[in-house]
Amino acid sequence: MAGTGKAHLRDEGDTIMRVEDLVVEFPVGRNAKVHAVSGISIDLAQGETLGLVGESGCGKSTTAKAMIQLPPPTAGTVKFNGTDLTKLSGEALRQTRTDLQIIFQDPISSLNPRRKVGEVVAEPLNVWGPHDEAEQIAKVDAMLEAVGIDPAVARPKHAHEFSGGQCQRISIARALVLEPQVIICDEPVSALDVSVQAQILNLLEDLKAKYELTLVFIAHDLAVVKNISDRVAVMYLGKMCEVSEANDLYERPAHPYTRLLVDSSPQPDPFVEIDDMTEVNSELPSPITPPSGCRFRTRCDLATELCERVEPQMRKVADDHYVACHFPLLPVIEEAPFAEADGATDRSSDS
Amino acid sequence: MPGIRNFTLVIRGERRERDPSMTATSSAIGGRLNRDSDDLLVVEDLKTHFEVPAGMVKAVDGVSFSLGRGRTLGVVGESGSGKTVLSRTLMNLNLGSNVHSSGSAIFEGRQLVGVKPKQLRDLWGLDIAMVFQDPMTSLNPVVKVGRQVTEHIRKHLGVSKAEARETAIQLLRSVRIPEAESRFEAYPHELSGGMRQRVSIAIALACGPKLLLADEPTTALDVTVQHQILNLLAQQRRERNMAMVLVTHDLGVVAGRTDEIAVMYAGRIVEKASTKVLFSDVRHPYTEALLRSIPKTSNRNHTRLAAIAGRPPDLINPPSGCKFSPRCPYAQPKCFEEEPPEVNAFEDHLFSCHYPVGTEENKAAWDRNLAAGRPETVAVATGSVSEVDIRAKGEEILADLTTSEGAD
Ligand SMILES: Nc1ncnc2c1ncn2[C@@H]1O[C@H](COP(=O)(O)OP(=O)(O)OP(=O)(O)O)[C@@H](O)[C@H]1O
Ligand SMILES: Nc1ncnc2c1ncn2[C@@H]1O[C@H](COP(=O)(O)OP(=O)(O)OP(=O)(O)O)[C@@H](O)[C@H]1O
Ligand code: SF4
Ligand code: SF4
Ligand SMILES: [Mg+2]
Ligand SMILES: [Mg+2]
Repeated sequence: MAGTGKAHLRDEGDTIMRVEDLVVEFPVGRNAKVHAVSGISIDLAQGETLGLVGESGCGKSTTAKAMIQLPPPTAGTVKFNGTDLTKLSGEALRQTRTDLQIIFQDPISSLNPRRKVGEVVAEPLNVWGPHDEAEQIAKVDAMLEAVGIDPAVARPKHAHEFSGGQCQRISIARALVLEPQVIICDEPVSALDVSVQAQILNLLEDLKAKYELTLVFIAHDLAVVKNISDRVAVMYLGKMCEVSEANDLYERPAHPYTRLLVDSSPQPDPFVEIDDMTEVNSELPSPITPPSGCRFRTRCDLATELCERVEPQMRKVADDHYVACHFPLLPVIEEAPFAEADGATDRSSDS
Repeated sequence: MPGIRNFTLVIRGERRERDPSMTATSSAIGGRLNRDSDDLLVVEDLKTHFEVPAGMVKAVDGVSFSLGRGRTLGVVGESGSGKTVLSRTLMNLNLGSNVHSSGSAIFEGRQLVGVKPKQLRDLWGLDIAMVFQDPMTSLNPVVKVGRQVTEHIRKHLGVSKAEARETAIQLLRSVRIPEAESRFEAYPHELSGGMRQRVSIAIALACGPKLLLADEPTTALDVTVQHQILNLLAQQRRERNMAMVLVTHDLGVVAGRTDEIAVMYAGRIVEKASTKVLFSDVRHPYTEALLRSIPKTSNRNHTRLAAIAGRPPDLINPPSGCKFSPRCPYAQPKCFEEEPPEVNAFEDHLFSCHYPVGTEENKAAWDRNLAAGRPETVAVATGSVSEVDIRAKGEEILADLTTSEGAD
């Protein structure tokens, strides 16, 4: 059974990370399993920010964690600079940790409250070196300064003495201290107040430029994801729906689910009329027994018998804009190489 | 939804019969009522302070507003600005001996503040209802949802078991719970978050309240579910002519869903206007900062956001003068000394600021601060986020100014 295709993957030489056919399943009860991620492929070009959006439980965190083998996926490959991480173990896998870092949603609980900020940021250095104290302090100070915190003031304090936004800066400093190539940010601003959120988003943009970082940015807020991302991938129930350059995705969503997300996002503009009579079906099917064919079909207005039977493949609708839908909202300009579509057409071209 | 309208009328009629004292004005403050008979709720100089070892937390510190029947007021502000304490004070829910509430909140002629909760029991759940961010705070985890709805109906309306069940199913349908009959037997944990919130909304609406206080009702939910819940509230509100106070930190949520918006900062309303006016003619620097700091899908990616400098105020020892002054890019010496009075510009556009946005004085204040390298101003002007960076950029601006002056 095919995944949702790989037409959106770029030439391997142009990317530093390439995930293919990623599957992550969690056993639940007897004989049942949660199909958290079911055959996802995505890649990362050096220096870009990939946004991952989708509703709660669609598998964003699971995908991100599988990319750094925490835990390793049930199936699929994760190539980082040409090496398949899923084939590595022990020391070889451990060595990749310096290059791949992750930042979590809750800044306060992800920092050890009993340790001083200086120690918290230095933690990765104790494992990876340098071990020389003066060198460590110099690195810690440079990172704290980079995230906009005065090192002399912060180093001797405890994490709990800082606000949520400052704690998130500190955890960013800790992620940066090993000079990683890729940082995965799992909802880094979701727990923060709007005013602080803007500071962290701007900070991540600055750091990305300064340290030539590649970012994976996960959030459920569409506006936040658009703001920071170069490319955005929309996930639904363990599958990839649409992958596109950020602006085009929001201007011209090609997948019915993306359009639903865009239309549902609250606009901070009172002059935008809200249609509050149209009913949207917001109930997510179970990831234990996901729908056959297209997983979105139970909520899709355009669903047909084909959608129930055949899983849609990624197809190209514009430059750097791909969608996995039998009846996309934009005309398909290039068929998938191994499409098993029988009679699948796009709606816009038959009308 | 056919039926639901009639059903509400029946309930309300029934309830009136049972309790004719309902409309009596027990503690109206003289004259207030007659001034504007359209007002359902009139709040004046409301304060709620908490006594803690370090001092007095001035969580709500002099809030006044009025709300007409069937109108919607959005209350926005950053975390800790007092939104929840305000709505809980109106619901008389701030129980505890360290609470000091003063001022007045008059709902249909009845005083809500400073009276014993017992005296208001007949209002809660009937005329005034509340929906919380976490539906589990209002649902009992070990009781089936159907029973929770029917018990609420029976307690307040004293109808028979069968009638209550009929009504409850109709209510669950009205809040778009699919297969309402079978969901009746479900426990709250067996429902999704959005579904649970719909059940708590069904309970809140059960007795046809005249006022609904909704405190972040959709904050924990996905956008599609949020959209649906907000639609549901809007439809029910229209059908029942129910007034609503919608509390949220998300300006997007209130933009298209409210008649008016009150912006709170450090326990006060710093600006209040009709929703469209607030967005198009913002006067208070804090509101302006809030609006500029949110990312919008209508902007291109990588649009630089204007972050608000500094930290939220200490509510025990708030800054002197204007409470926003330590973070305000326009702050002048006067702001640190004198608390700005509330002014009513026109048509109920209220704000408290010495140098309101859009005025010449405001522009002059900005220029002065920039020329002086005030960090909060430089941060906004340059979009810098690091203290070190801001200091450096401030010096750059200063240097530029001096050289250009020298060149003149
Ligand atoms: N350790 C686990 N055991 C069992 N199920 C799990 C586990 N971790 C995740 N899941 C399930 O896998 C699915 C995907 O979860 P995941 O946390 O990746 O979603 P998400 O998109 O990050 O959601 P959110 O926006 O809520 O963070 C969900 O159904 C979740 O319940
Ligand atoms: N029982 C209490 N004792 C002491 N302080 C309290 C108490 N309840 C609330 N506060 C304080 O009152 C202030 C206002 O809190 P409130 O919960 O109203 O903020 P909010 O605007 O609702 O914020 P959020 O957006 O985070 O929900 C906060 O500083 C809070 O810590
Ligand atoms: S049209 Fe079919 S394939 Fe496309 S999203 Fe709807 S159900 Fe899926
Ligand atoms: S009074 Fe002064 S400090 Fe306060 S908001 Fe207005 S300009 Fe800023
Ligand atoms: Mg997650
Ligand atoms: Mg609150």
